[in-house]
Amino acid sequence: MNRETRRQKIGFGALLLATLLVVIPVIAIVALIVTEGWGALSWEFLFSMPRDGMRAGGIFPAIVGTVYLVFISLAFALPIGVMAAIYLSEYAKDNALTRLINLAIINLAGVSSVVFGLFGLSLFVVFLKFGVSIISGALTLGIMTLPVIITTTREALRAVPASYREVSFSLGASRWQTVRHAVLPRAVSGILTGAILSVGRVAGETAPILFTVAAFYLPNLPTGLSDQAMALPYHLYVITTQIPGIPEHFRYGTAFVLIGIVLIMNVIATVIRSKAARKR
Amino acid sequence: MIAAGKKIKISVRSLSVAYGGVTALHGLDLDIQAGEILSIIGPSNSGKTSFLRSLNRMNELNLHARTTGTVLLDGVDIAKEISAEALRKRVGMIFAMPVPLPLSIRDNITYGPRMADIRDANILDALVEESLRAAYLWDEVKDRLDMSGQKLSGGQQQRLCIARSLALKPDVILYDEPCSGLDPISTAKVEESMLELRKSHTLVLVTNNTKQAARVGTRTAFFLMGEMVEIGPTDRIFTAPSDKRTEDYIVGRFG
Repeated sequence: MNRETRRQKIGFGALLLATLLVVIPVIAIVALIVTEGWGALSWEFLFSMPRDGMRAGGIFPAIVGTVYLVFISLAFALPIGVMAAIYLSEYAKDNALTRLINLAIINLAGVSSVVFGLFGLSLFVVFLKFGVSIISGALTLGIMTLPVIITTTREALRAVPASYREVSFSLGASRWQTVRHAVLPRAVSGILTGAILSVGRVAGETAPILFTVAAFYLPNLPTGLSDQAMALPYHLYVITTQIPGIPEHFRYGTAFVLIGIVLIMNVIATVIRSKAARKR
Repeated sequence: MIAAGKKIKISVRSLSVAYGGVTALHGLDLDIQAGEILSIIGPSNSGKTSFLRSLNRMNELNLHARTTGTVLLDGVDIAKEISAEALRKRVGMIFAMPVPLPLSIRDNITYGPRMADIRDANILDALVEESLRAAYLWDEVKDRLDMSGQKLSGGQQQRLCIARSLALKPDVILYDEPCSGLDPISTAKVEESMLELRKSHTLVLVTNNTKQAARVGTRTAFFLMGEMVEIGPTDRIFTAPSDKRTEDYIVGRFG
């Protein structure tokens, strides 16, 4: 074996090793949660209220709360984020204001989630008097996820060849018509990728909902936007650290459901995305 | 310079284009006659593409471009008296690389008309056939109009782009090195369609291929470093150029 081939093999081996190191924790986490949590899954666990100080019964209200939070926060953040990204990518000139906005977005992405929680508490809960409620929590989560949506949408728009815009303009289309008909259809799948990433974060974050919406325990399901709600990540925290004597598999079952919800929503978004891609 | 009785379609006066301080075109004066094919030849950086792109205000899309001077289309100032959108519907453009939008052949052709709010399916269908015929593409694609335009061969794509421009019924068509990526047979088809279109349109052709200019141009202009060195009937420019630099370029001594 000559030197060049040996080097190639060593390089290949190192890359493969690095890849495996990335995959191992993912497999380990999923395996742990599935094996430990599978036993907890039942109709009762999924679709009934908690009983006996949450030591028995189900996690239905937490599931409902998390689904509400995901949909309401995205209903707010997706349109605003996509519109902002369209403005920044297709309309804004490269000037001081635009650079300042870009800087703000990058910094927003770097703010830790508990700070978003505090911000939501002071703005939505206290100042705007929404109280600790689904709307406060969803808006806080929405703001937290805006930079993700804006950044991925801009990347998706940037990936559309400039020549499409040029052709569209040369055919007498206005700027908005060009964005609407020549650019956006080609960016839908990238935009949905941003939405998928956001679903995972919104469903899984604990800190932003801590002060703004999450309830320790509620005897009833929320009936409106101004109600408090239970949510899976906070519920997981509560049953893991705050209440003694909870069966072990309840925790893993809750984690399993949380991952499952994110997975299901991702699958839905991926199906929409591939449909959008095929329509080209 | 202009034979008597010929109608002037586009009148260019002291047109200058600069990109961030670098001048690409210096105070150009030029009249383009109705129904001619004006070929523009010249080495790279001679300003010929800048000139072409100021005729349909595509230069404006480049934020660093500064255009001064006037361009009159049928006596109408294209910068002041008409919107860029309306202008581009009358002045079509064919790019060097054919870029079919990722749509069906049919939807590519109807893109311009649809943006101009033409919705009637019968009108659109008629436009599709008419435009494809004029671009010498109809017979090759008439049975697969719903196929993606991007699946066509390079030469077919360029003719699709020509048909797409024609669907807007422009008076003027600008060609920016339209055959630079095409094989000789596709090039011949594009040139054939140009000679046919000349009967009803005014064409301006920027080309790096002097032979192409000689084949299709009624008049030829030679650009060098942002200035027009010479313009005249194609025969004369290629047989008896009055400027030494034109001759040098045509015989390939520089460029």
